[in-house]
Amino acid sequence: MIGICSYSGYIPRYRLNRGLIFGAMGWMNPATIALARGEKSVANFDEDSITLGVAAGNLALQNVDRDTVNSVYFASTTLPYKERLNAGIMVPALGLKDQVRAADFTGSLKAATSALIAALEGVKEGSTAKTLVTAADCRLGKPGSPQEMLFGDASAAVVVGSENVIAAYKGSFSVTYDFGDHYRGANSKFDDQWEDRWIRDLGMDQFIPEAINGLLEKTGLQIGDFAKVIYPCIYAPARRSIAKKLGMALEKDQDNLQGVVGETGTPHPLVMLAAALEDAKPGDKLMVVSFGSGCDAICFEVTDGITNSVNGSISATLAAKADLDNYNKMLIWREIMPGDFGKRKEVDNWTRHSANWRNRKTVLALEGGKCSKCGTAQYPAMDICVNPDCEAVGTQEPYAFAHLNGHILSFTADNLAASVDPPAMYGQVEFEGGGKFLFDFTDCKMDELKTEMAVTMSFRRKYFDAKRDVSGYFWKAVPVKEDK
Amino acid sequence: MASGIRDKVAILGMGCTKFGERWESSAQNLMVEAFQECIADAGIDKKDIQAAFLGTHFDEVNVSKAATPLSLTLRLPFIPVTRVENFCATATEAFRAATYSVASGAYDIVLALGVEKLKDTGYGGLPDINSVDSFQMGANLTAPGGFAQLATAYSRVWGLPMNKIKDAIAHISAKSHANGALNPKAHLRKVVTEEQIKAAPMIAYPLGLFDCCGVSDGAACAIVTTPEIAKKLKPNQDLIRVKSIQVVGSSGEEAGFNTWDGAHFATARKCSEMVYKEAGIKDPRNEISMSEVHDCFSITEFVTMEDLQLSPKGGAYDDVMGGRFDLNGEAPCQVDGGLKCFGHPIGASGLRMIYAMYEQLLERVPEERQVKNARMGLTHNLGGMPHWNVCAVSVIGRD
Repeated sequence: MIGICSYSGYIPRYRLNRGLIFGAMGWMNPATIALARGEKSVANFDEDSITLGVAAGNLALQNVDRDTVNSVYFASTTLPYKERLNAGIMVPALGLKDQVRAADFTGSLKAATSALIAALEGVKEGSTAKTLVTAADCRLGKPGSPQEMLFGDASAAVVVGSENVIAAYKGSFSVTYDFGDHYRGANSKFDDQWEDRWIRDLGMDQFIPEAINGLLEKTGLQIGDFAKVIYPCIYAPARRSIAKKLGMALEKDQDNLQGVVGETGTPHPLVMLAAALEDAKPGDKLMVVSFGSGCDAICFEVTDGITNSVNGSISATLAAKADLDNYNKMLIWREIMPGDFGKRKEVDNWTRHSANWRNRKTVLALEGGKCSKCGTAQYPAMDICVNPDCEAVGTQEPYAFAHLNGHILSFTADNLAASVDPPAMYGQVEFEGGGKFLFDFTDCKMDELKTEMAVTMSFRRKYFDAKRDVSGYFWKAVPVKEDK
Repeated sequence: MASGIRDKVAILGMGCTKFGERWESSAQNLMVEAFQECIADAGIDKKDIQAAFLGTHFDEVNVSKAATPLSLTLRLPFIPVTRVENFCATATEAFRAATYSVASGAYDIVLALGVEKLKDTGYGGLPDINSVDSFQMGANLTAPGGFAQLATAYSRVWGLPMNKIKDAIAHISAKSHANGALNPKAHLRKVVTEEQIKAAPMIAYPLGLFDCCGVSDGAACAIVTTPEIAKKLKPNQDLIRVKSIQVVGSSGEEAGFNTWDGAHFATARKCSEMVYKEAGIKDPRNEISMSEVHDCFSITEFVTMEDLQLSPKGGAYDDVMGGRFDLNGEAPCQVDGGLKCFGHPIGASGLRMIYAMYEQLLERVPEERQVKNARMGLTHNLGGMPHWNVCAVSVIGRD
């Protein structure tokens, strides 16, 4: 049996109430009042598509032997790099071996389903054993635009394989059209779109039923056989029309999370799939459809294995939220509005790619060492053991810290440090099993910090060098609310 | 077996500029200002100086690299010149090099000069120091944030509530401001109350503005020689001898090995032990008359009192609040105003501290800030961060 072995969804911590957006920008485009309901997810200042993709990927890989994964597909239309494999940056951060096939899928919002089909077909053909498909987007609308209201940031991931399958692959069907509903040129920061009515009536209302009907015909199934039909479409009237056209009961229409997350772009079909799998029963048939320059439609049948799947649920990630109470913060975080970060921020540092290469495991995988002589775990691994009673030379064996828990030994909140989101919070973290390091803290507030507080590690964008268009990545500590 | 340098070298003269925002003065101007005072005090000619050491830290906003800025500025006549750099211990390191040069018998009269011009950065605080590794992996760290963590760690280790720590460090800063207000060479010369200190804007929790030392320009220097030459040149003046200078660097154990509690300086404990041994000091709490310690931040001074054995471990709160380190206390600390009021031009601070001890031991300061019957003065520098640093401690004494 071939199909999905595990899944996850990741919604970044911050949610922006759409009323705040309207309050700030409604004067420019009063019609957006119609969209100013609920909240949307906003990636933290140190998150981008790569870090979101890693977050979802690591959740999906929690109970998977990472050495058995031999390919990684990353789908996004907001890739930090045009040249330099984004999935390649993710491989060490996902704790995967170097000997993997990695590829970026991009160019349309159906890139995630295209990657998923490629993964499923690859396993089916026997060319890959286990593939991680992870998808993320952080799409931007211009201030005052409908897109700014509608879009949210998120990621989702699935592991595809032939063992411990929880949702069996039953086939796919695709249509491709050069349909310019949403588009970004090579140098565009913001989404642009054609008229909603055209997208809704000519695009979604036609292509989605076409793809679904194509898949039904190919698999010999009826729409009534499906427990849920999963597709992204922000237009409520179109959803009703599509359901009617297909003869589908409305309760089979999977919630698109528009009110609590927003339209997340490339990962959206997988985000909705993750939510559907959370509620699925053995035997349920699920259809996943994407929309972007055409449609992919994929059929799954949930297996008995589903009851044991607890990885990164959408309900958990939805619940772990905090209000972003300031619209301007989003503009600063996304580099839409210039902020005054002080002269200290102007100090020019540049990435030494040769040093990055040398330190790739240390930096991207958070790999330290464990002394084969005295057993001391340490980060970073150096030639000479850190234990003063040992100091053996050349005894460090690779030791992964990325997935370990730790606790806080000391902390501060620094208003002097140049930060996009001051105060900069950081402190000494001691890992369970030994080893410690001074880490930045993220996804927290100063008044939540305490010594002895538990932390988990999260892969984040450490810096963005606008002058050279380089994003650099490292790990930060995320405080967990319960004590150690 | 090494015998150490105790009493083998004497200070012949010292100089120290007015510290502050010296907008009109270059590093070169500051060097000359300190040197003129020093050479007049020493009572020798420039040509009598046989070797010189320059201490300076930030290349970026200062005199650049090498020791030639010293020889060119002072127009030293083709003598050996060396630049030394060791973070905040830089000036003490220059003094150590000069002292060792005399103690070794290589030279009779040697100059150590430290200078730093910090106020050409365009912003407050120190410039960032980024290595390739720290850029990739280091936290978004500044000096106040690095040292602020001592407070949260100290609270965890000793169970002292954060509000009591805040009280103690406010007392420390108020004491230093009171001392600095009396000193015409200090940068900050205002008396500040503990209430004002505690109400100041937060820089890095729990350190407020007044918990942080100033950022200043300055230079200080010393001319050292053998006790025999000093006695001959200054028969009517007390001899100020170097009792010990030690410098200790972190092994990385604090940052990476789990036994360090984050609430003390491993280097300072070791360094002061070495100093007391070299100087023959058995009971530092009672033998050290006064001290100038590295109060880059008030919390640094607080924990340092314990590391230098000037307070028992866990006992700094009682000593600080009991006034032991106040100007009229049993063991005054920061008698000139400290880094708190002088600011911290990195390359100059260690020599400025030794200058403060020197002028006290010679009883040259006005009555209102003179420490009575001072015999032994200690200086302490701490460069880097609590979890990795270099520490320098020196003791000088009056015969």
